[in-house]
Amino acid sequence: MTVAPAPATTPEALPAIKHDYLPILLPVALSALALPFVGNPITWVTLTVAALAMGMMIFVIASGLTLVFGLMDVLNFGHGAFIAVGAYLALSVLGLLSGWVQVDSLGWNLMALGLAVSVAMIGTGLLGWAFERVIVKPVYGQHLKQILITMGGLIVAEQLIHVIWGGDQKAMALPTALRGAVLIGDVAIEKFRILAVAVGFVVFAAMLLVLNRTRIGLLIRAGVENAEMVEALGYRIRRLFVGVFAVGSALAGLGGVMWALYRETLTAAIGGDVMVLVFIVIIIGGLGSVGGCFIGAILVAMMANYTAFLLPKVALASNILLMVAILMWRPQGLYPVAKR
Amino acid sequence: MAEPLLTLAGVHTHIGQYHILQGVDLVLPRGGMTVLLGRNGAGKTTTLRTVMGLWKPSRGTVTFDGRPIGGVPTPDIAQAGIAYVPETMAVFSDLTVAENMILAARSGPIDTARLDWIFSLFPALKKFWQFPAGVLSGGQKQMLAIARAIAEPRTLLLIDEPTKGIAPAIIEAMITAFAELKRETTILLVEQNFRFAASLGDHVAVMDDGRIVHRGAMADLARDEALQQRLLGLSLDTHQ
Repeated sequence: MTVAPAPATTPEALPAIKHDYLPILLPVALSALALPFVGNPITWVTLTVAALAMGMMIFVIASGLTLVFGLMDVLNFGHGAFIAVGAYLALSVLGLLSGWVQVDSLGWNLMALGLAVSVAMIGTGLLGWAFERVIVKPVYGQHLKQILITMGGLIVAEQLIHVIWGGDQKAMALPTALRGAVLIGDVAIEKFRILAVAVGFVVFAAMLLVLNRTRIGLLIRAGVENAEMVEALGYRIRRLFVGVFAVGSALAGLGGVMWALYRETLTAAIGGDVMVLVFIVIIIGGLGSVGGCFIGAILVAMMANYTAFLLPKVALASNILLMVAILMWRPQGLYPVAKR
Repeated sequence: MAEPLLTLAGVHTHIGQYHILQGVDLVLPRGGMTVLLGRNGAGKTTTLRTVMGLWKPSRGTVTFDGRPIGGVPTPDIAQAGIAYVPETMAVFSDLTVAENMILAARSGPIDTARLDWIFSLFPALKKFWQFPAGVLSGGQKQMLAIARAIAEPRTLLLIDEPTKGIAPAIIEAMITAFAELKRETTILLVEQNFRFAASLGDHVAVMDDGRIVHRGAMADLARDEALQQRLLGLSLDTHQ
């Protein structure tokens, strides 16, 4: 992206830019609040790291969906299909590379995982492109039809998974070097959770870089705010949207691989299961906001982990309560996107 | 006589069940400013949006620079040389002023001399260059919306009610800027502020109920209070 020359500015009489850091502090506050209730600091660290890992996986899955909604107001209930297909593609690749997976070598394990993730992301990216062209395109601007047809797409995808991979529950073992935990003092942190957190941060950083430092990123941000004006400036927003949809689907595929490895089992319904949390995250974050989605994913995961430990009976409803509380505070989410 | 820049012939536009434009005939000469006047709901904004391709005409032809553009996708119309400043301004609030301008310059970096010219028209933009557009005042947003439309040379500017809700001091600055702008490009301006329109317009068209009911020189309309009363229900003395 070429930046136009920045002219000299006079500092006086300029308005102060308000940075909204309050939502960023929420996960910190929530974890601090949980500490006295959990009691044991080691358990608290374990729960918090588990929540961060879970949050990063949900973020990776949800980030594409929030941009898809923000850019074209498309409600894609079929996003879960990409999670499931990504996980199953990775299962097949890891099955073919079982030698690399079972050997106790981080290098070989990561190569196997890298290949599995690549195949999953390319496969789900292509599937996403086809899904947009065939299923979503005919129902632009028609929300009810979008919900019905994308849910139909999810059902068809799940049934196709049954046909290709079988209907039984599959085991998806972690590569050997990623099993077990790392001991830091008295705290044991699962290796895979560290990897999941790292992947989540890399995806978030890459998205921020693209959205803030490239022309295509500027177009996506502008399109989320006012797609019509982007068209009036001479850009084809629908081409941009197809690209975002495919990339969002590929990220869902990546998230699916991570989620399946995290649970170490998978069924065709894996996508549908996680979509409830994904929708809560994008609503809490503010539809179309990647930053809000990131904070929302961490909050949802923290809430799920802390309540599952402290009040298991409340755990199922905890994220609904979190969503209600946040929407009462900020009805358009943590970081609402300015809309025309 | 030179070929007109823009011609609308018998244009009808429906928005949902509503029949908004009911046979608009409008000829826009090259150069200068044509002002489209009319009461609220007469179809002025719909006319601009139809030219820009944001609404598709259900009947009739729209010809720009000798090429039919009725029903052509909006990005193609923009690339043909038409820029649009909507009534809502539609600046991208989360983007900085600089980023708004970067997007407006489709073919690459904004030419430095042109940027200096834009800053001479709208000095506030220089001051707020790295600020998010969302922090600008209404008048400054309007300046940015217009600056964005002229980030690159355009053949035709469609500008919808630029003075709406804007402070009088900024309107005066806008008059100066528009007087210079219309020397470079052709402008079709929708305006409710008759004094503003009369001080800048070369030609005028008046709309009512989705049709053009009067066309002529702006100077003639500005002089003829009886005609103003008949067409618009106002006069310069009563509508400042």
